[in-house]
Amino acid sequence: MHPVIEVSGVRKTYGKTVAVEDASFEVNQGEIFGLIGPNGAGKTTTMECIEGIRKPDCGTIAVLGLDPYRQVYKLQERIGVQLQQAQLQKRIKVWEAVDLWASLYGKKVVDASRLLEQLGLTDKRGAWFMNLSGGQKQRLFIALALINDPEVVFLDELTTGLDPQARHAIWDLVRGIRERGKTVFLTTHLMEEAERLCDRVAIMEHGRIIDIDTPDGLIRRHCPERTVVLVQDNESGGEHFEKIPQVESVTRDNQRFTIRGRGDDLVTEVIHCLSESRIRVTDFRSILPNLEDVFLKLTGRSIRE
Amino acid sequence: MLRGLWKLTWIEFKVFMREPLGAFGTIGVPGLIFVVLGHVRSLRFGSPSPVASGLPPGNVPILVALLIAISAVLSLITIVSIYREGGILKRLRATPLRPQTILSAHVIVKLLLTAATLALMFLAGKRYFPPGAHVPWFSFTIALLISTWSILSVGFVIASIVPTARFAQPIGAVLLYPMIALSGLFVPVSNLPPVLRFVAQGLPLTYAVHLLQGIWAGDRWLAHLGDIAALTVLFLLFTAISAKIFRWE
Repeated sequence: MHPVIEVSGVRKTYGKTVAVEDASFEVNQGEIFGLIGPNGAGKTTTMECIEGIRKPDCGTIAVLGLDPYRQVYKLQERIGVQLQQAQLQKRIKVWEAVDLWASLYGKKVVDASRLLEQLGLTDKRGAWFMNLSGGQKQRLFIALALINDPEVVFLDELTTGLDPQARHAIWDLVRGIRERGKTVFLTTHLMEEAERLCDRVAIMEHGRIIDIDTPDGLIRRHCPERTVVLVQDNESGGEHFEKIPQVESVTRDNQRFTIRGRGDDLVTEVIHCLSESRIRVTDFRSILPNLEDVFLKLTGRSIRE
Repeated sequence: MLRGLWKLTWIEFKVFMREPLGAFGTIGVPGLIFVVLGHVRSLRFGSPSPVASGLPPGNVPILVALLIAISAVLSLITIVSIYREGGILKRLRATPLRPQTILSAHVIVKLLLTAATLALMFLAGKRYFPPGAHVPWFSFTIALLISTWSILSVGFVIASIVPTARFAQPIGAVLLYPMIALSGLFVPVSNLPPVLRFVAQGLPLTYAVHLLQGIWAGDRWLAHLGDIAALTVLFLLFTAISAKIFRWE
């Protein structure tokens, strides 16, 4: 695997506000790479520097071996871009937008009607942009980002404001883009989205990238805690759980026990203990930490704040 | 690089015509004004002016032509600011479309609509002209298109400074309509106080009025090369200014 995007020491300020500070990372060919963090963390600015829309104050960026700012027109032939909160002309029809975009590229473009079919927009090809639902608009923007058969696709806050069903449909589409061998660079403030979609993520806060890894790797390194919640049938206490080496605390609320500990073995050990002591259990649940917990750990605050 | 220009122009034209009041507002209203003004002022050649006011009867078509041009410019300012606020300009720029292609498409649409409006005005005003009266409609249309093209560059400067789409129309109107007062249509430029005269000489409307009056009266183009040169110079000047200060988002 070789990097298609190389970012090194990028800094960008707006007046006195530092939007991005010393950002460095690489994105490999064929992966879905997510830049995650709360709103205002500098994700969009970073992405727009990589797309060649903004000029970084310092640092270097290479996308497919090109300087995005100086060679922006050359680059735009080879990338696809979806911008955050972008709009089209209210009364432009779906097919007109696709047709216009298709005419802008010097090279062969993909079959527009097939693309609309893949994105479930065939029924809407004659509809005005303003009359599309949020999900349909985003699917149209994906279509426009894919029209030139790009090597790298940029998606900025793709599913913000969509209902869960539309969100899941978009995730499937993005996975489909990766399956076609393309590299996807996306930003999101939704940790669930990052966890379910991205091969690797970079966590960004206050303009700085604080860690980069696979979602699993981040969770394993920063949040080794595991929690098991179970409801016991009989009146016996929780002493037997406390004997498990990985367990750090056991709290009890009537017959409901919350067992906290660390390490992947915790769940196995609890199950083992239950079967050995022949304890009847009416409910059993294990809670794994997620990227949201990682973010809380790394920054001391919730991403939703 | 003009790739995409014709397609974008055609789309922008269709999008504009789909706008409620889009077609009627730009093409219909000036025609209506012309008919109403015509009733009030009687455009018949040679007939004495019924109302003693500053506007000679021959200037009614000039005034209406200016209103057409200004409505085109106001519409451009509004569209550009709506496109900027909605992120449409930014979205278009993140494609191989060149910025000048995007703006050129709008200029072409506005010029086409200006020509169409003027044609309607001629049709609407036809019955006020005596049979056989010579109206240089073709030259007049060309003169108005040159004028509009030059005034549109002022529109881009205004579009660069309006803070939000909500203010585009009022700010545009406040800046553009007073230019008519300075244009020499009501009071000859030479009769203006020195400061206003200086301002008037920097505005395309002043040369537009002189050009349109001349062409309406049947002057030859050669007699107005100075006006055309001034309109071109001002176009280049205002375009250069807006290229410096124009905001895409």
